[in-house]
Amino acid sequence: MAVTKRQDMPTRDPLVRRNDFEEVALGYTPQQAVAEAKRCLSCKHKPCTGGCPVQIDIPAFIKLVAQEDFEGAYEVITRASSLPAVCGRVCPQETQCESKCVCGIKGEPVAIGRLERFVADWHRTHSNTLPAKPQTNGHRVAVVGSGPAGLACAGELAARGYAVTLFEALHRAGGVLVYGIPEFRLPKAIVQQEIALLQARGVELRTNMVVGKVLSVDELLDEEGFEAVFIGTGAGLPRFMGIPGEGLRGVYSANEFLTRINLMQAYKEDSATPLFRPRRVAVVGGGNVAMDAARCALRLGAEEVSVVYRRSAAELPARAEEVEHAKEEGITFRLLTNPVEILPDEARCVGGLRCVEMQLGEPDERGRRRPIPKADSEFVLPVDCVIMAIGTSPNPLIKSTTEGLVTQPFGGIAADENGATSRDGVFAGGDAVTGAATVILAMGAGKAAAASIDAYIRDKK
Amino acid sequence: MYRILYKEQLNQTVFRLDVLAPPVAAKAQPGQFVILRVDEAGERIPLTVADYDPVAGSVTVIFQAVGATTLALSRLQVGDCLADFVGPLGRATETDGLKKVAVISGGVGCAIAYPVAKKLHALGCEVHTVAGFRNADMVILQEAFREVSDRFFLMTDDGSAGEKGLVTDALRRLIEGGERYDKVIAIGPLPMMKFVCCLTKEYDVPTVVSMNPIMIDGTGMCGGCRLTVGGEMKFACVDGPEFDGHLVDFDEAMERASMYREQERHAYDSACNLFGKEGV
Repeated sequence: MAVTKRQDMPTRDPLVRRNDFEEVALGYTPQQAVAEAKRCLSCKHKPCTGGCPVQIDIPAFIKLVAQEDFEGAYEVITRASSLPAVCGRVCPQETQCESKCVCGIKGEPVAIGRLERFVADWHRTHSNTLPAKPQTNGHRVAVVGSGPAGLACAGELAARGYAVTLFEALHRAGGVLVYGIPEFRLPKAIVQQEIALLQARGVELRTNMVVGKVLSVDELLDEEGFEAVFIGTGAGLPRFMGIPGEGLRGVYSANEFLTRINLMQAYKEDSATPLFRPRRVAVVGGGNVAMDAARCALRLGAEEVSVVYRRSAAELPARAEEVEHAKEEGITFRLLTNPVEILPDEARCVGGLRCVEMQLGEPDERGRRRPIPKADSEFVLPVDCVIMAIGTSPNPLIKSTTEGLVTQPFGGIAADENGATSRDGVFAGGDAVTGAATVILAMGAGKAAAASIDAYIRDKK
Repeated sequence: MYRILYKEQLNQTVFRLDVLAPPVAAKAQPGQFVILRVDEAGERIPLTVADYDPVAGSVTVIFQAVGATTLALSRLQVGDCLADFVGPLGRATETDGLKKVAVISGGVGCAIAYPVAKKLHALGCEVHTVAGFRNADMVILQEAFREVSDRFFLMTDDGSAGEKGLVTDALRRLIEGGERYDKVIAIGPLPMMKFVCCLTKEYDVPTVVSMNPIMIDGTGMCGGCRLTVGGEMKFACVDGPEFDGHLVDFDEAMERASMYREQERHAYDSACNLFGKEGV
């Protein structure tokens, strides 16, 4: 079979899109989707499916796309994944399904993520059938946290007939999909529609409910009448570097910066939430969150935005496409660079970021070469804003108010691969267990936990 | 939606609202706070709980209309609803084992100090309260404080009510007069809390302050409310809002509190124009 070229993803002009928050990637046309689908070799052993954390039958859905049965393809995907429109946009396909694609050995892998997105978008714009409300089995389950893990768990349980209540601490459901990932990468209307679908399937949503504070896990089980609780509270607590100057005005955690923009919509005229519009920005970190923060800063009108990362380009943890898009938009990458101090200006706002150049030494325990500072290489980056995107830790609220819930040394809840914790009837999954990871891993964990909650409640009967 | 059950204007700019929020009322303790939004486009602001009634399911907040959001809040009437009202958040005031406490409060901070004094009084603790205001027109909660305090001192900057002077003048006199407190609890503007702490450090009296920094989510997620306590970074929303006053870096906290001052002033001016000149 002839090796054909992978279909490019149509995107908006970088010089235009860097000025607004509308979506960057436009998605395949039906013709492009079919052409791309025809590149698939339909391998019998399906290595791509093995690379998918939720085991979507990838060759099966791609075959249906090639046959122009887009609705059929959607059905195949949704047998395994509850959020295809989201995952098609934010999954790191190059390290998952696409990394296993046989076409990728000699040429480019099939664009599985783009096809998934196409199918989900096709369904959203062409189908108006609401899912039927499943026959209820009368058993009540509480799902805490409405991010990817919670949504997947709630969706799976609802499909199995459970009466699910989904608790969210913020005023809007969606977790990181709403407060963290910007509109230009994941339109909020998509997330809202996924949540509306869950509600149509009978899931009750309770916002403004901080479980661990307003209600405890024990109260959910003992007083509120839930037979099981799933904790999918994510890894929300931002980390700082512990360098001097982190208390200065103009220093943000990426979480705060992104929450003001995404959840509170502070970039819009009619939002009451104040927002600092910086001129020269340093974003510290190399993951997707760092890319999101840098590209948001640019869209707020910053003249110069740098990503400051202590390792080299090869180690950037962000999705390849996000790094690519960020570069196209004019973000500067200052690699092998590490901040040592944030300097104040005369008004005691951020005036600069003192950095040191790094070089890569011996590999660390995870096999990544450890960055070490170069002698006498310090320099000052003139910036008025520093955004720390160096990771998050699991939120301690539930841990501190749930007796007998065992946690791991870094703060994550201890749970087995089926989501069972040290407490009877309490399950957990996603970043709350693993620490910061990906949307799809959290979804996979939510789904697995739903299956074990189902088994747990059946056993009890 | 969270309905307003009662509204009272306490002075020219300070208002009291009782909000129907049974789950919050059932759990609230002195020292804790709520986060609210007035409407769908509104910002999330933290307000410390001023009182609560688990039976009626209501939570009282007392606030000064100083920004666009608090101004909008002050324009709401009984029967109107808030878009969001979440809490109680933060850790409650620690009252265990206290036998004699001085509660030092200033301005609208008195609204936060009152439930603390009330609880201590109910626990049988001897409560000495000093409440400071700019002038007689600003005085709030005087009678309420008197009811729960063994000794009560009203101070004003200009002497138009109570005694002329600062809250620290009264506290110094009490300490130098031989009063020995297990703890001083100071709640008010940052400079006031800073100077109370300077004073109590001199006399080695343990002092707790209630911090009210800029906040978004109130659950530890944004880190916007961070402050330095004893050289360590703390988040007011989950680690506080009360901290050992002798360890708090007040200068940094004051800087951080001014982050959006210009934008807030602009928003307040626009809001004033929008609402016209009548009322507030």
